[in-house]
Amino acid sequence: MSARFRPAHADAPAFNAVLIGAALAVAFMLLVLPLAAVFVEALRRGLPVALDAIVEEDSLAAIRLTLVVAAITVPLNLVGGVAAAWAVAKCDFPGKRLLVTLIELPFSVSPVIAGLVFVLIFGAQGWLGGWLQARDIQVIFALPGLVLATVFVTFPFVARTVMPLMQEQGREEEEAAATLGATGFQTFWRVTLPNVKWALLSGVLLCNARAMGEFGAVSVVSGHIRGETNTMPLHVEILYNEYQFAGAFAVAALLALLGLVTLAAKSILERLSGRPSGGAA
Amino acid sequence: MSATLIHARPARVAPVPGLGLSLGVTIAWAGLIVVIPLAALAIKPWELGVAGVLASLADPRVVSALSVSFGAALAAALVALPLGLLLAWAIVRLEFPGRRVLDGAIDLPFALPTAVAGIALTALLAPNGWLGAPLMAAFGWQIAYTQAGIVAALVFVGLPFIVRTVEPVLRDMGRDAEEAAATLGATRPQALARVVLPALAPSLLTGFGLAFARGVGEYGSVIFIAGNMPMQTEIAPLLIVIRLEQFDYAGAAAVGLAMLLLSFAILLGLNLLQRALRRGRR
Repeated sequence: MSARFRPAHADAPAFNAVLIGAALAVAFMLLVLPLAAVFVEALRRGLPVALDAIVEEDSLAAIRLTLVVAAITVPLNLVGGVAAAWAVAKCDFPGKRLLVTLIELPFSVSPVIAGLVFVLIFGAQGWLGGWLQARDIQVIFALPGLVLATVFVTFPFVARTVMPLMQEQGREEEEAAATLGATGFQTFWRVTLPNVKWALLSGVLLCNARAMGEFGAVSVVSGHIRGETNTMPLHVEILYNEYQFAGAFAVAALLALLGLVTLAAKSILERLSGRPSGGAA
Repeated sequence: MSATLIHARPARVAPVPGLGLSLGVTIAWAGLIVVIPLAALAIKPWELGVAGVLASLADPRVVSALSVSFGAALAAALVALPLGLLLAWAIVRLEFPGRRVLDGAIDLPFALPTAVAGIALTALLAPNGWLGAPLMAAFGWQIAYTQAGIVAALVFVGLPFIVRTVEPVLRDMGRDAEEAAATLGATRPQALARVVLPALAPSLLTGFGLAFARGVGEYGSVIFIAGNMPMQTEIAPLLIVIRLEQFDYAGAAAVGLAMLLLSFAILLGLNLLQRALRRGRR
């Protein structure tokens, strides 16, 4: 650590004050104002109106559907993400870099494309469209399509938060456990999992937040059937386009709260684990 | 001969078990969710034939939508770059009350669902909004429902990518090099321009690429503020949605594939540029 001797490389206090002011101004305009706008618009016509918009039948159906989609998606990506992190961090095999690239790929694909690919496979004119129609199975414009698109979009979250930590911790502990006769599952439960639990929880939270808030991908596969295939973000869009602004912002405020809780939980988990977990979406 | 002994691995360390199961799950999971669907995207357009794909992409509306998406993403990443650097600098180097809150708030655009961001930014920037009204009164600028609105939404979405890629590099960099530069007689602006900025350049480039890639494909935060006028403020992802609604699957896939290939080509270019930068510094 450098001593406090008025170093020559330090910026003038006035310059720093200007930078701080500018940074706070940027943060205010780009981060605080949009968030404030959601809550102010939601409460513009009073709390009762906002609450009515949330407990209204179609809104409740949207909330239920969102919870169901997340409840299916998150466990799937939890299992897949942990398996991927384990394979990449603890084992050796050819093609590892390709696999890592593949796991991160959904982050660089447009959400609309994430929905599109499943329409190409399961849609009426898709590869399996005729086959599914003959058997009266609905994938697109139904729950399975919503889940598939959401799994695609949230695919990298768990793997990406856990993998770097597992790699950093090396393999000595697992190798010792294996040498002492532990099975793979015993090693995972007793050795690896305790070491990565906070990062894992953080990855699950991020995955969940994105699953509940995803818009573009589910918009393509949903069909926007009110009360049936509308998730919360899609319900926000419908209300907004019908000029029911108070209702749209009320449901949006609920989603914003989810985001805020996720952010707070993530920073608490980072403090618990003593390291930042890569949160890029 | 002792050298070989030092380098030899301890005699019998059992390999970590579970490769077969974990790799099997991973490959099945990645194959079903990512590889097969993206293969569908790569194959579907060619149902139109090569000429058909080219004709489908040469549609002026497609060309316009692609250039709006890529142009706005580029402009937004360029705007977000200095803003992100400023925020990263403030978080790492400056002491002020509320620094930790600011640090946490940076991730807000990651955590806020895109549709929520979209209607919030529209409410702010609409001609009668909190920011839109003064801008309109003072300068006659309309932001919402123009290309500027698209850029504004993409700056919001892209900002954390730049902050979060620059921040760790800035933190690890320490101040030794700057101190050395100052000791050797460099003025402060010289030290910033010749020592600090070059050291941050690769991470700035990475952040730029991430923000750009995200911006190209962004949908939820843009469609509310864009106005969605064909040939003017219609983005490529929206055109995909429109073609799907017309059951033009192959045409939609053609636009999607073009988007993906273009953005991968640009990211590859940025990657090469970054390598050149890194090599230049050694």
